[in-house]
Amino acid sequence: MSEDKQVRFIITRQDSPDSEPYTEEFNLSYRSNMNVISALMEIRRNPVNAEGQETSPVVWDMNCLEEVCGACSMIINGKPQQSCTALVDHFEQPIKLEPMRTFPVVRDLIVDRSRMFDSLKKVKAWIPIDGTYDLGPGPRMAENKRQWAYELSKCMTCGVCLEACPNVNDNSDFMGPAPVSLVRLYNAHPTGEMNKPERLEALMGEGGIESCGNSQNCVEVCPKGIPLTTSIAALNRDTSLQAFKNFFGSDRA
Amino acid sequence: MAENRDFMNRRLHSLLGVIPIGIFLIQHLTVNFFATRGAEAFNAAAHFMESLPYRIFLEIFIIFLPILFHAVYGLYIVFQGKSNTTRFGFFRNWMFLAQRITGVYLLVFIAWHVWQTRVQAAFGADVNYDMMAEILSSPFMLVFYIIGVLSATFHFSNGLWSFLVSWGITVTPRSQRLATYATAVVFVALSVIGMSALLAFINPDLANM
Repeated sequence: MSEDKQVRFIITRQDSPDSEPYTEEFNLSYRSNMNVISALMEIRRNPVNAEGQETSPVVWDMNCLEEVCGACSMIINGKPQQSCTALVDHFEQPIKLEPMRTFPVVRDLIVDRSRMFDSLKKVKAWIPIDGTYDLGPGPRMAENKRQWAYELSKCMTCGVCLEACPNVNDNSDFMGPAPVSLVRLYNAHPTGEMNKPERLEALMGEGGIESCGNSQNCVEVCPKGIPLTTSIAALNRDTSLQAFKNFFGSDRA
Repeated sequence: MAENRDFMNRRLHSLLGVIPIGIFLIQHLTVNFFATRGAEAFNAAAHFMESLPYRIFLEIFIIFLPILFHAVYGLYIVFQGKSNTTRFGFFRNWMFLAQRITGVYLLVFIAWHVWQTRVQAAFGADVNYDMMAEILSSPFMLVFYIIGVLSATFHFSNGLWSFLVSWGITVTPRSQRLATYATAVVFVALSVIGMSALLAFINPDLANM
């Protein structure tokens, strides 16, 4: 084998949800175009750390491998992002991998993002069309509006915006930017709009939109470039109007 | 409405910061600014404010209660956040942190300032140019007041920006950026007014006017 170029990884590991985290270092042979996931696969194939000791393989979450599912999000050199599209060539070494601690750590780099999915249920981030009979075709959506809404629909619930938000933590029940932006998506849909007040009410409830402190980190870190702060401000306007409607008692239509 | 208590409190917090507290801040700094025209001019302006009719009600409902709510709820907001500017050093994230630091400083500063002036007035002291000149003759107090006034003008200006976002007035990134520039101008203008007044209290030439 020719002179081997090495890649060094420092990985924050944790054996169980309650145990203490620790770091472990790994040296891998460089291959061109390798990314963080392929490096983790290499460690899994041959779990030997930098000191040459056999260790347990590092575990992580992944699914689509094309930055669409959001499952493989982790903190790479201090920045939360998807490990599948994190090319080793783009990072300074050593490459540090950590779990997104805003969420409960399950093991090593795997976190439990359930709180995001619970929030989606809370704000009714869907369009209810199920019924006991065929409801027929819904109203049409203008093409330019569809194109605009498509940008919002790119949210993959990856959790990067929650990780970057200073108001999402143990002291606060803020649901974070992603569910707020999805309310805007579903409220914009001609059929989804029929349930707009319900979603706004949910956003005005506990842990809702009011906990946003306008640090605007979310829009800077979103891997999909979703205009999260525009969504938050737009829903601030919608919830303001909803609050006036509720209080002064005009009809809810 | 009860189910939306957090929402209403947070909106009330945002509103009170501008109306009436922000308006009061501008009025207060304007009265202070009379000090740049000499002791007599300041005393006349302060006396006019003192002799407003039903003053105690104006003070309670325009100043004390709004500030008390804003301060207590603001402290609750501070404890909900975990600053992360070392990891995410974006401009707005620094503003987020600065808003909280100045808020906590103002809590201490205003409590002390009210004790030193309004409470002493209730005990019979005269709130006038000489009183402020004496307080500010101590270098420590001068620095304490300079930081206090700058904190107040910053907290108001930046709070005005987030008020515009929180009520859904500035929604687009462009309008939010323009609001950043506009509130920066407000910050500079109010700071110049506040600093001029503070320095006027330690100017011996103005004391004799």
